[in-house]
Amino acid sequence: MRAFLAWLDDRTGYRQLVHEALYERIPGGARWRYAWGSTLVFCFATQVVTGLFLWMAYSPSQQTAWESVYYIQHEMQGGWLLRGVHHFMAQAMVVLMGLHLLQVVVDGAYRAPREINFWLGLVLMQIVLGLALTGYLLPWDQKGYWATKVATNLVGLAPGLGSAAQQLVVGGPTYGHHTLTRFFALHAGLLPGLLSVFLLLHVALFRRHGIKAKEPLRQPECTFWPDQVLKDAVACLAVLAVVLGCVLWPAWSGAWKLDLTRAGAELMAPADATNQYSAARPEWYFLFLYQLLKYFPGDLEWIGAIALPTVVLLVLALMPLVGRWKYGHGFNVVFLLALLLCGVVPLTVLAWQEDHRGPDSPAYLAAVDAAAADAERIVELAQSPSRIPPTGALALLRSDPKTEGRRLFEHKCAVCHGTPGSPPDGESARIGAPNLADFASRAWLSGLLNPAQIAGPKYFGNTAHFEGEMVDFVTGELLSWSQEEIASAVLALSAEAGLPRQAAADAHDATRIEAGRALIAGEDKCAQCHKFHEAGELGTAPDLTGYGSRQWIADFVHNPAHERFYAGDANDRMPAFGESGQLSPAQIGLIADYLRQDWFQPPATGAE
Amino acid sequence: MSAAQISAASAPAPAPVPPRRSFLVRFAAAALGGVLVLFPLLAGLVVAFDPLRRKNRQTREIRVAPLDALPDDGVPRLFPVIYETLDDAWTRHRDVPAGAVYLVRAPGTSEVKALHATCPHLGCFLDYQTERRAFGCPCHKSTFDLAGVRTGGVSPRDMDELVCHVRGGAIWVKFQNFLAGRPEKEPEA
Repeated sequence: MRAFLAWLDDRTGYRQLVHEALYERIPGGARWRYAWGSTLVFCFATQVVTGLFLWMAYSPSQQTAWESVYYIQHEMQGGWLLRGVHHFMAQAMVVLMGLHLLQVVVDGAYRAPREINFWLGLVLMQIVLGLALTGYLLPWDQKGYWATKVATNLVGLAPGLGSAAQQLVVGGPTYGHHTLTRFFALHAGLLPGLLSVFLLLHVALFRRHGIKAKEPLRQPECTFWPDQVLKDAVACLAVLAVVLGCVLWPAWSGAWKLDLTRAGAELMAPADATNQYSAARPEWYFLFLYQLLKYFPGDLEWIGAIALPTVVLLVLALMPLVGRWKYGHGFNVVFLLALLLCGVVPLTVLAWQEDHRGPDSPAYLAAVDAAAADAERIVELAQSPSRIPPTGALALLRSDPKTEGRRLFEHKCAVCHGTPGSPPDGESARIGAPNLADFASRAWLSGLLNPAQIAGPKYFGNTAHFEGEMVDFVTGELLSWSQEEIASAVLALSAEAGLPRQAAADAHDATRIEAGRALIAGEDKCAQCHKFHEAGELGTAPDLTGYGSRQWIADFVHNPAHERFYAGDANDRMPAFGESGQLSPAQIGLIADYLRQDWFQPPATGAE
Repeated sequence: MSAAQISAASAPAPAPVPPRRSFLVRFAAAALGGVLVLFPLLAGLVVAFDPLRRKNRQTREIRVAPLDALPDDGVPRLFPVIYETLDDAWTRHRDVPAGAVYLVRAPGTSEVKALHATCPHLGCFLDYQTERRAFGCPCHKSTFDLAGVRTGGVSPRDMDELVCHVRGGAIWVKFQNFLAGRPEKEPEA
């Protein structure tokens, strides 16, 4: 072995290299404050390693980017940990970079002969920020998509070649496959390559100049190995511990229990260009820039987005020259501290405050909750027996009644019918079509046949039917029915809907339902006005055959003025959504399934 | 900056012999450094080895064709095998062509023999050569007779026969891929 190493050294001179690397002199002894640079090298190395492994499972395209990240996060063993470390280590790197810069400026380590190394550091900082920005888009989720859209639109603001630059970055006039392939090539190829080259120069120059020892020297001179290595390693370990803490934090549910399915970096619902995402915010370390933009309206936006950051970078770059002036170092330190303490920190706090405590924060927080619900739902769907189709996960979400049905209902129906689950107040109470939460269920129908409720705001109170024959019937003739008769009629009518969530109850009450059907079909009872299977006639009141079933609701929404429902003038203001082409048959089906709560439910946990 | 420092920096003298350090400092530095290097590497390797957990779960019999579609003349005919669903990592494909089989029906009977349509040598697609009444591999020129038995070339084994039943007027095949290039017929994982 010894002979082999001697031969290797003779041919390569490796001992000299190792010696130079390890036995760098450190005047004044090892100190914690020299560890910043090493923690950054550690961060970068970790990003390279974890990034390479993520690369093995990532697939950049509109139909596979989110899907492959989902697969890493939720199906590959340890994927959540790998992705979580990569995600939070990136944030740690940005923070450590800021601290490193602060320390270098405060210690005056930018002064001769280290000017060039300072400039190299600034270049490195830009590359790291570029990596953060490009990486944010790659999961192709709502958060990354909308945040990056803002960033690329800002590129378009640049004077002159702005829009051409934007189109080049985006890979075309609109976001698509090539946005992902280009961002991925930047994130995993060009930028890390540049970073490696500049880091090599940065460290080489640092070694040439030696460490900028902090005066006064406290201890006798020592060498990099092992004293400073130990301190650096402990510092890096602390960084790793913080990162792991961030990875595990979302899984913490108290009482020393970890729900690892929630651990790691967030993955929102797949990017959807047609679906407003009000919860879009940049990563937290860019929040100050985001807040800054709020103060530059319209055509002045380029000041906040481009001019101010450029000026700040210019001042930073000039620091080594300014530092030669008598008061230059003082100016530099004050400038940087002021930038942090009077600029970045308060702007970040303000941005947070406006979102969480401001007048608009309820809307923002609701959007955050809705986004979280979508994110959770798409994982349920991706793990359902349908799995992810080749058209991508977004197609799953768009065919999900619980998500897309609700969205359609909110856009098209809620303006009159109110949102299911919320009490009929405000705008919807004034227009006041019936509230459809739990429509056609036993509880909903019991309310309809309740003389105290039918003319109330939840049912016909604010419609033309307020003075109609149904209200007359419920508040008059129905009073002569026995409680059991009313109850069994409710059971029978609700059973027409065949609600999946009521299937067991419907089967259980089969005999009462049979009795109720006979009542409804009675020519002197409901069938006076309503058609019900073979009994009764169409034209006077809605057909009760299959009432509340998917087909019934779909036909009703298609055209409520059809003779099966409210023929002619009997229809009170409800548009014929299908016949007028406002909604496609598939969309109407989603609304029907949404009202029937007929959607995929994951099996209760513990069933597996 | 002091003059001493500048000279130390700009003219790197041979580094001084490191003073004797306690074993503990060296050990701790090396151990912690090792942890830092190994952690991301191990986190990545765990994920990279995930494919070893994946098994090919398609072992059910698949309806390949109605019996009527296969004349009882002893001539092999190629039929695609369509999986109802096929999972590729996150994607679930539906009605996917998964491979092909040669089906031969013995003259005057409803007995059907199913042969995997790829060569057991290295997985090239076999041709049926009508005039020679034999299967031939376009890649390395292996030949097989109608029963799938080697008659020439370099294939290490006969053609792979698949379990096949006639049920309800249809031909059902248990479609499987076998490892190529081996003398024994071993199913893929």
